[in-house]
Amino acid sequence: MKRRALLSGALALATPFIARAQTAPLVVVIGGGFGGATAARFLRRADPPIDVVLVEPSSTFTACPFSNEVIIGQRDIAAQRFDYRGVAATGVRVVQSAATRINPAQRSVAFGDNLLNYDRLILSPGIDIAWGALPGYDEAAAERMPHAWKAGEQTLLLRRQLDAMADGGVVVISAPANPYRCPPGPYERASLIAYYLKTRKPRSKLILLDSKDIFSKQKLFQAAWKELYPDLLEWVSLSDGGKVTRVDPSTNTFETDFGSHKADVANVIPPERAGAIAAAAGVADRTGWCPIDPVTFESKLQPGIHVIGDAAIAGAMPKSAFAANAQAKVCADAVAQLLVGSAPVEPRLINTCYSKVAPGNAISVAGVYRPVNGQLTDIEGAGGTSPLNAPAEQRAKEAEYADAWFETITRETFG
Amino acid sequence: MRVGGVAVLAVILGAAAPPQGASSCSGCHGGVAPLPVLAGRDPGEIVALLDAFRAGTRPATVMDRIAKGFTHDETVVIATWWAGQK
Repeated sequence: MKRRALLSGALALATPFIARAQTAPLVVVIGGGFGGATAARFLRRADPPIDVVLVEPSSTFTACPFSNEVIIGQRDIAAQRFDYRGVAATGVRVVQSAATRINPAQRSVAFGDNLLNYDRLILSPGIDIAWGALPGYDEAAAERMPHAWKAGEQTLLLRRQLDAMADGGVVVISAPANPYRCPPGPYERASLIAYYLKTRKPRSKLILLDSKDIFSKQKLFQAAWKELYPDLLEWVSLSDGGKVTRVDPSTNTFETDFGSHKADVANVIPPERAGAIAAAAGVADRTGWCPIDPVTFESKLQPGIHVIGDAAIAGAMPKSAFAANAQAKVCADAVAQLLVGSAPVEPRLINTCYSKVAPGNAISVAGVYRPVNGQLTDIEGAGGTSPLNAPAEQRAKEAEYADAWFETITRETFG
Repeated sequence: MRVGGVAVLAVILGAAAPPQGASSCSGCHGGVAPLPVLAGRDPGEIVALLDAFRAGTRPATVMDRIAKGFTHDETVVIATWWAGQK
């Protein structure tokens, strides 16, 4: 095992054990969300042991799943926040810093003034908003027309705007074309905001402008909207002119080829790409996302770097927290195998996503995946959505399972 | 593959890397009620449940859809591995 240089004392002071002579291989994980934190924790279970450094700029993680409930005031943002004590407790060295430079040839990663040489690198950077991809939508515009697609201040901003809106107001949400984080997310958000309006501000309207004709759990969402919010929620498909071509934050207006929609509360769910470090590492392709080997999640562009979670092009697997966590566990096993010179076994992965159409009323989609011709592919006959005409008690049960899922997965990820 | 003799197999597999698909289970099944825990559970019981979910003979919300992604034999291996986990 080659020796590693640590070029600054600053990190050594913060984490003195980082500079010790290492005999175990070193895996650096960048990004402390559902993918990265899970990967870091599971790598520590490997035998023989692996040294793991998790590089994450924030001291706390704010989870996106369930943040739609925060927006409508049904959940405290504190329930979305997780720190890294439970990750550090497994022996992962958590470094609160932003990775700035990756040199795949040298197998080195720089953060601040520090440089670490890794044996394997796992990138789990999540998404960045593709600023500029939607004309008029930049970081300043997001202060007026929040995306709330990275949970935290943006979530609270949208919540405050909804709270401040008078009864009779118009909420407009725009949903992007594929691919993007959490495919059913815009429709869950529309459902829950419609619930909020129906119960709190019943003279209001919600318009969902969509850049697509087809979306996740579509029949289930549309049936729920018809039943629960018939005069309140209007979905405008791509074919009906739903594609937003420009936004104007000075007037809270969405423009489409068919006209414009002025909002009292404007929620732009914008085009996205892999987190910026992916492009800097050379693992993102021209789509902005990262092609990977479906067995090991190793980048198809840079050997030694693995990409998991929303940033990866994972075939049929959606960009979800469940998927990121499942991929992280498979990737951690594969990395442990590769480090001892073994061939990783072909994986099977599962995804399950719950969406609430109202409090206590949830639907789900599930899938089981395996690599076929270099792509993670749906296993035929498995997976699919909840039945269309399920009784209310089944929907209530799914809502209960959704709540338990969030508890479980955040516990597994963050400890 | 039969379910018999799984106790010995569970001990062997317990320390090994999870078999195909097994690591995904704990995304839901990790000890938060009402979702049942898998670690340390009788593998014959898990296999019987998954066989029933797959066959559609047991009422389900999502497990009927997930069970169809695995054969009976694959289920035996997964259940046996989980039996050996703490």
